[in-house]
Amino acid sequence: MTRRPFPVVTRCLAAAAVATLTLAACGTESGSGSAASGEPQEAGSANAFTPPDLPMLSELGEPEGQLNVLAWPGYAEDGSTDPSVDWVTPFEQQTGCQVDVKVFGTSDEAVSLMKSGGYDVVSASGDASLRLVAGGLVEPVNTDLLESYADVAPFLKDRAWNSVDGQMYGIPHGWGANLLMYNTKQVQPAPTSWSAVFDDPAAQKGNLTAYDSPIYIADAALYLMTHQPELGIEDPYALDEDQLVAAVDLLKQQRQYVGEYWSDYLKEVQAFKTGASTMGTTWQVIANLLESKAPVKAILPEEGSTGWSDTWMVAADSDHKTCAYKWMDWVVSPKINAEVAEWFGEAPANLAACEETSDPDFCKGYHATDEAYAERIHYWTTPIEQCLDGRTDVTCTDYAAWTQAWTEIKG
Amino acid sequence: MTTARPTPGAAFWHRHPRLRLASVLGAPLLWLGVLYLGALAVLLVTSLWRQDSFTLVVTRTWTLENFATIVVEPAYRAVLLRTVAIAAAVTLIDLALALPIAFYMAKVARPLVGRLLVVAVLMPLWVSYLVKAYAWRILLGPNGVLDSTVGATPGFGLVAVVLTLSYLWLPYMILPVYAGLERLPNSQLEASEDLGARPGRTFRSVVWPSLLPAAAAGSIFTFSLSLGDYITVQTVGGTSQMLGTIVFANQNTDLPLAAAVASLSVLVMAVYMALVRRTGALEQL
Repeated sequence: MTRRPFPVVTRCLAAAAVATLTLAACGTESGSGSAASGEPQEAGSANAFTPPDLPMLSELGEPEGQLNVLAWPGYAEDGSTDPSVDWVTPFEQQTGCQVDVKVFGTSDEAVSLMKSGGYDVVSASGDASLRLVAGGLVEPVNTDLLESYADVAPFLKDRAWNSVDGQMYGIPHGWGANLLMYNTKQVQPAPTSWSAVFDDPAAQKGNLTAYDSPIYIADAALYLMTHQPELGIEDPYALDEDQLVAAVDLLKQQRQYVGEYWSDYLKEVQAFKTGASTMGTTWQVIANLLESKAPVKAILPEEGSTGWSDTWMVAADSDHKTCAYKWMDWVVSPKINAEVAEWFGEAPANLAACEETSDPDFCKGYHATDEAYAERIHYWTTPIEQCLDGRTDVTCTDYAAWTQAWTEIKG
Repeated sequence: MTTARPTPGAAFWHRHPRLRLASVLGAPLLWLGVLYLGALAVLLVTSLWRQDSFTLVVTRTWTLENFATIVVEPAYRAVLLRTVAIAAAVTLIDLALALPIAFYMAKVARPLVGRLLVVAVLMPLWVSYLVKAYAWRILLGPNGVLDSTVGATPGFGLVAVVLTLSYLWLPYMILPVYAGLERLPNSQLEASEDLGARPGRTFRSVVWPSLLPAAAAGSIFTFSLSLGDYITVQTVGGTSQMLGTIVFANQNTDLPLAAAVASLSVLVMAVYMALVRRTGALEQL
């Protein structure tokens, strides 16, 4: 298993330098630390691992009176951001489950918090969901117990990021694309391509922003897919060493123009409001929050984009599973799913939600029922050694290599 | 004649002095040994393991790979040097600010004013660290307070980090220096003046030597607090990374690497303490 982007020989030399004399670091590793990582793996399959065997709930009991929710910002609003935006309180009144919400900024943070325990449900994106499944942190979900599941768009069911071998590990929540946001006064002419942030950001030097997570490397890879086809990138999450180097070089070059990276969405809201940032990646919810506060516009550039397809999952060690199922059913129910989708700015997973939106054309705008459009977004997923694009002649770089590369990019 | 009734059990404790000692010192020693030093030991041990970035399972096979990464990868060296430079700059700035303020508080101001100033120095500590860091974000940002009044701002970056950290840790430097100056008898200053020394000479030959232990104590606070910071640099640091941010970024997916990076700051601190010890400052505290 090569975990680091530099050769084994260098590593051994360095290890020798550190410890004067050591052979341990140069030996082959057994790699049999867990059932999940040591198994022979089927190449090219996103589900190239065996998840721990965990039972799923067979029937709902009495609500336990308590629910700890781990959510992306905007997914579990209790009126504290905007008094009129509140779907937590009615849930509490209806089920008696007292909800405690913890918001996270990156998928890594979500995985880490889930690992620390104490949460019952989590809204996981594709770059977190399989890690949670593989780590035994979430359990299979019995979709028969969820009324809302029937109305979920068929193209979101049994996908690589929310199921293993035909077993769902949660209920799809919604999906969307990462957007390019810019200050309409400062950035002229209006950008239409990601080249605004990768190729020619000089005019915004010091005011450019980017998402602070290794997964952002995929945005650079996506750009290279169109602009340097000779690299042969098919899937921005399946990069061999050379392709990763190209993406890293692009991001290192971009870094000179970056004012700051963001992972806290409120920090980005504030940065665009004050003018500290004038252009960079964003989520629709951030653009919505800025609507009346700054002259910004968020677009889907012509190259397409990375994006998310989120799934509510149940923690394996949860003590409040009935409340957890009730919550999943509630958030994906037509009316609430519509409310969440409009607040966050994403396509609702529940197709019946399209009838409930306050803007009748909302679902059309987000292409919620458009399967072909949904397939064009490159959803966040965790890069692993087995190339996700199906190549078997090379080893791809895994998330550890991406994390390492991200440290190098930021310098 | 009244005989005081002994407290029940007093005789038992009297007969077993070792047990008595253990019961008194047990809890604090447990705290120091298990929770404090134990945590450090766990940190070091973890840095010799590895973690699967996908399943997040920590594999307990011994490897020096994490340290090898830190040594080989130039990014980590750059971050280490940057972090030490920031900590050193913050310490020097705080020392330069603390000396005149503490001198005024201890030697010039009337006792009441001195006391009020101590309260004033302590006051910012009542406010959350986060609030203060974000206040500096608003101060230093474009169109921020500094920009709109002075017309210029260093913006977000290393300068902003040094400024903010210097502000945050200033009380930790002022207080020991103030205490050190309080202990310095006024008669020595007067004697120096009577013998014809100018203020500069008095400072070098009388004040500074007796102040050194206090300044060293303060510098340990400012240096170590800056060394471990990761919130200020994320708030006002622009794109800059420090050791703390690398630990923070890796603790999710690669805990062993994060532990290895964290042990770097332990190492730097150990070296710093050794240097301080060589000045003899620790013995005089």
